[in-house]
Amino acid sequence: MNKINLDTYAPNTWCPGCGNFAIMNAVKLVIAQLSAEGLPLEDIVLVSGIGCHGKIVDYINVNSFYSIHGRATPVAEGIKLAKPGLKVICFAGDGDAYGEGIEHLIFAAKRNIDITMVIHNNRVYGLTTGQYTPTSPLGFKGRSTPRGTVEPPINPLELMLASGATYLARGTSHGIELLKKIFKEAILHKGFSLVDVLQVCVTYFNMYEYYNKHVYELKDNNLQDFNQALNKIREWDYNHEAPIALGVFYRKEFPAFEDNFIKDRPGQADRESKISEFLNKNI
Amino acid sequence: MDELSILIGGRAGFGIDRAGGIIGRLLNRMGYHIYIYRDYPSIIRGGHTFSIIRASKNRIASHRDKIDVILALNQDTLDFHKKRLNEGCFFIFDSEQVKPQMGPNCGLGLPLGKLLKEELAPEIMRNTCIIGALTKAIGADFGILEDTLKKELAKDLDLNLKVARRGFDAARELFNFEPLQQKSLPFLTGNQALALGLIKGGLNAYISYPMTPSSPILHYLAEIGDDFGLDVIHPESEISVILMALGYAYAGKKVAVGTSGGGFCLMTEGLSLAGMAELPVVVILGQRPGPSTGLPTYSAQSDLHFALNAGQGEFARFVVAPGDAEEAYYWSAASMNISWKYQIPGIILTDKNLGEGIFNFDLMLAGEIKEEGPVLWNGESTYKRYSAAKNGVSPLAFAPSKDAVIKVNSYEHDESGITTEEPQQTKMMQEKRLRKEKYLALDLENFNTVKVHAEKESETALLCWGSNKGVCVEAARRLGLRAVQPVVLNPFGAKQFQEALAGVKKLILVENNATGQLMRLIGGYGFKVDKQIFKYDGRPFSLEELEEEVKGAIK
Repeated sequence: MNKINLDTYAPNTWCPGCGNFAIMNAVKLVIAQLSAEGLPLEDIVLVSGIGCHGKIVDYINVNSFYSIHGRATPVAEGIKLAKPGLKVICFAGDGDAYGEGIEHLIFAAKRNIDITMVIHNNRVYGLTTGQYTPTSPLGFKGRSTPRGTVEPPINPLELMLASGATYLARGTSHGIELLKKIFKEAILHKGFSLVDVLQVCVTYFNMYEYYNKHVYELKDNNLQDFNQALNKIREWDYNHEAPIALGVFYRKEFPAFEDNFIKDRPGQADRESKISEFLNKNI
Repeated sequence: MDELSILIGGRAGFGIDRAGGIIGRLLNRMGYHIYIYRDYPSIIRGGHTFSIIRASKNRIASHRDKIDVILALNQDTLDFHKKRLNEGCFFIFDSEQVKPQMGPNCGLGLPLGKLLKEELAPEIMRNTCIIGALTKAIGADFGILEDTLKKELAKDLDLNLKVARRGFDAARELFNFEPLQQKSLPFLTGNQALALGLIKGGLNAYISYPMTPSSPILHYLAEIGDDFGLDVIHPESEISVILMALGYAYAGKKVAVGTSGGGFCLMTEGLSLAGMAELPVVVILGQRPGPSTGLPTYSAQSDLHFALNAGQGEFARFVVAPGDAEEAYYWSAASMNISWKYQIPGIILTDKNLGEGIFNFDLMLAGEIKEEGPVLWNGESTYKRYSAAKNGVSPLAFAPSKDAVIKVNSYEHDESGITTEEPQQTKMMQEKRLRKEKYLALDLENFNTVKVHAEKESETALLCWGSNKGVCVEAARRLGLRAVQPVVLNPFGAKQFQEALAGVKKLILVENNATGQLMRLIGGYGFKVDKQIFKYDGRPFSLEELEEEVKGAIK
């Protein structure tokens, strides 16, 4: 097997120590693995939103669509529906996907469309220099909330479970082996998969130490059990101090949305005769 | 009689719209040209709704105030529209619901409820019953109505036929409207013509969130989509609509979206993304009175500048405003081709009058147009999604494509699609994107982008765009004037426009808005209008109304 080169010439501009590196490295390794196992590289499309995470598509030499803030999800859905044979991996930030784009995320989960969402959840706006996000803890002091937020965070995994997601997992940027495992599973999962990555922003919200102290890996949980998944997801609410479970919470087989859209397209001559048919019907 | 106008009215929920369609089809089968104006409030039940069905020996695309027959299913219809009555006008009414205050010879009252009861028919069939009466009243054969109903109604056909017969038998002949010995043409809404044009232009997917007046396109394509292998999707919002569409375009599938002003507001970020990422998408923008919710079920021409300017930054776009069903068909196919040839968004401006109006459709008049493919990558050198070609158009490749890494980007980017903030690259890419519009403008010289109608030599011209075409052309014909209609509004064909105005001494502008949006556009190219006629109450000009206004303007 030839070693594939997934690098581009784009200079990397992430801060040293940024959690995005772990996500990128894990994804590259998974892509290389999938390619070695027979998935053609050209079948992969990466999509990203806007924010520090978004640059990831510049750094990986496969097809990509660098979208806009909050809108990576519908772009990924469109690509998947247009060409169901493609593997669509969509990166988004927490402000991006859980804030401005939350409506899209809920609907993508509801549809069980076969895309993989990797959320770079650093719980702070990085590129706009440190404001709170939907998952920042209560009292978070950011540049737009200097006296601390007065709203508690949402638990995105709880919301996604309620919305119908069929694969839900969590990782951290201090756990590349686990990231590799769940990214690969998520990509291969048929249906909507989401991996919430506690990806640390060293500049505006350095949580490495906190996470290192609280994380543990899920073992032997029943992935088909909705209630068990819900309980595990609720164990830590992104706010109060609690054990933080990593790994896969939920996995379910369910028909994917795009399965309804695979059909033959008649040729142009057929189309034209059908147009005439419709016109004649309307006399 | 060269023509006939029939008004049918009642409350929303009475099936007025459908009844109007049946009457139109009946007259269409008699060989006449038809135009139907539909007026309804944004209410599911109640309110007052009516349709005016106009049949003429000539091609028409407007309604008249002068009505020949009123079909009144309730008192309101008579009270609201009696001002339209003129000498020789008749009304046919439900005698159990309507108390006429006119002379006994003018009206024909039928106890619709009683007739229906005797046939054990539901109340909704009052329509069919009164249409039966109309058929007799205009001296037509029952057979024509029978054929029409057979074609139009799949459900309860036998009962409808019985009910129609009861209405026919209970009425008497009021005058004789002779059938014409000419071939009937298909009968389409502007929205259906748009939808078929998109298909003709190679549509693979239609994505839309419901919003009057473009929802019927979504409904129609959802209905017929399987026949053409279309994906027809109604996602969570207009934002999602356009972003999904851009995903389709990235994957090489021809896609269109439809909305109205409010939805288009939400789409502007996606439109701007299409501009930067150079992704083709056709947007149907059904204008209605605004701002904000405005009058949801009425019509306006007040989003021209919004369409021309929507989205942040500067980027190429194609904007076209068809004026009738043939133009809707032709230009939606052309928009699809142009959007893909230049990898730019195309916006089709329509409105309720065009979209929901019903027209005869003459494929021969629409003009020959074929689906065209985009410029594709030849597979030779390393693929660069944004390679800077002379005309700005970079060859396309679509995933999965072996040996090509296809990167599109909302950020400023280099030729490979990798983000850049470098000043030279930024300038080069901005120029590349804008160059496309210049080449498109040259290309458009081969199209009939500015039309001249009626008395082409007249020194007085009416200037109109979009759905005003029908009424302006007819008024111009009757008054011996020229009518000038720019169809493509961006890139604007100033040269063609100048030629269309050659010899014009007085230019009278007609628009369905309050500020003269076309006037502002042409003003930017140095053209001035002499008189302005604006209407912005949500209703289209009737022929008589516009004639009066124009007579005042040319005095």
